[in-house]
Amino acid sequence: MSLLVPCPRCGLRPQEEFTFGGELRALPSPDVEDFARVYLRENAPGPQRERWYHASGCRRWVTLTRDTVTNRIEPGVTPSGG
Amino acid sequence: MTGLFRRRVFLRQAELKGRYDVVIIGGGVNGLSLAYNLAARHGIRDVAVFEAGYIGAGASGRNTQVVRANYNTPENVPLYKASLGIWRTLSQELDFNIQFSTQGELDLCHTTDSLEVERDKSLLNQAYGVQTEVVTPEEIARINPLVDLTGGGSFPVLGASYHPPGATARHDSVVWGYASAASRLGVHVHEGRGVTGIRADGDGCTGIMTAAGPIEAGAVISAVAGWTSIVAGMAGLKLPISTHPLQAFVTEPYRHDLDGLVSSMDLYVYISQTARGELLVGAEILPYNTYSTRSTFDFLSEAAKRSIQILPFMARARAMRQWAGLCDMTPDSSPILGETEVPRFFLMAGMGTWGFKGSPIFGRTMAELVATGRTPELLAPFAPDRFERDRMVPDAASAGTH
Repeated sequence: MSLLVPCPRCGLRPQEEFTFGGELRALPSPDVEDFARVYLRENAPGPQRERWYHASGCRRWVTLTRDTVTNRIEPGVTPSGG
Repeated sequence: MTGLFRRRVFLRQAELKGRYDVVIIGGGVNGLSLAYNLAARHGIRDVAVFEAGYIGAGASGRNTQVVRANYNTPENVPLYKASLGIWRTLSQELDFNIQFSTQGELDLCHTTDSLEVERDKSLLNQAYGVQTEVVTPEEIARINPLVDLTGGGSFPVLGASYHPPGATARHDSVVWGYASAASRLGVHVHEGRGVTGIRADGDGCTGIMTAAGPIEAGAVISAVAGWTSIVAGMAGLKLPISTHPLQAFVTEPYRHDLDGLVSSMDLYVYISQTARGELLVGAEILPYNTYSTRSTFDFLSEAAKRSIQILPFMARARAMRQWAGLCDMTPDSSPILGETEVPRFFLMAGMGTWGFKGSPIFGRTMAELVATGRTPELLAPFAPDRFERDRMVPDAASAGTH
């Protein structure tokens, strides 16, 4: 079975329904250098805060924590956009 | 004794020393190619390769063995062309049969968009003296009669680009060929020895840390593909790299009926037949970054379906085993080769899905850079600081995997 992503609105759905938004990064701001924000990644083994877009579902973003070694997703999932 | 009765020691065991001129982290095909080229071409033999597992344990032994030069940018085409030139006589150079086999590669197009990309690619390839041409469905039928030109009824084939030099080589043999040739020249290959840290002072990199203590080095090169972010992190560097697995499967061995490599630029699947007769199938990388090499049934069923859509005879083939390897993907789908902002710490990284085919030229050009301090012309566009300088080498279309 491939990855199941918990969507706070639609429930546990197959990863194929989502667009991966990558690890959570700083928002544009004068304090953050653009190059670092756009290109650099932690890409670390272990828990990673990341974003998913439920493209074939509610079409909203969710933020969650996934372990990049085991692919286990922690229960706390943050919806965005209400 | 010679010939059939010659007893060969492939990998000599060596005691760990406290200092080496060059330390290479990662005993994959690229690290070993670099070690071999340093020793064979530059007389630098005080070289050690540190491999946490066994040589070829990572992507070097997990890729789908394809060797080709039909790339899409003026920087990449000459690089892979030079690599292909080395591949052709690599068995002789290393005195090790790497089972190099030129088969020809068909890249099928099911949309006018991808046909346009292939047309551009063919013209660029020809400009650099690489044989690639766009062919019609009628010509495809002559080149490989097994291809279903209706694409399983759903994806009619509009044309293809044909790359006659497309080839395969036995990936484990390439790893062992480079390792044994390097070992014969005096390179130490330490298996089961992971690197736990990179040592640096104000002037740059001074060595590595291992479980057995610190090791001094004149230069340190990271050649660990999927684990690059972790090793570079030991030197305090953050990179534009994301680790994604690529899966593959083989069927049981069959008679050698598949004449040449077949891939689809729209269905993202590529198929070849190994020397043993297995049909070897790969598809695209997973969209999310992970260090897990667990195989998925979704991949197997999806890749099998796509294979059957272009090669219907595969419906009767039985899958034998599947696996996954880690790819260190870069934003522009081109490798990162060169010295980092930490002096004497080099990266052979961003190996993505092209590290195997590039390994002969990556090792040769990186050896020249490490040995002489001069960047060979072929290597210059792939410097680690190109993202910061806004000089990317965008080539996602060539990988055919994402």
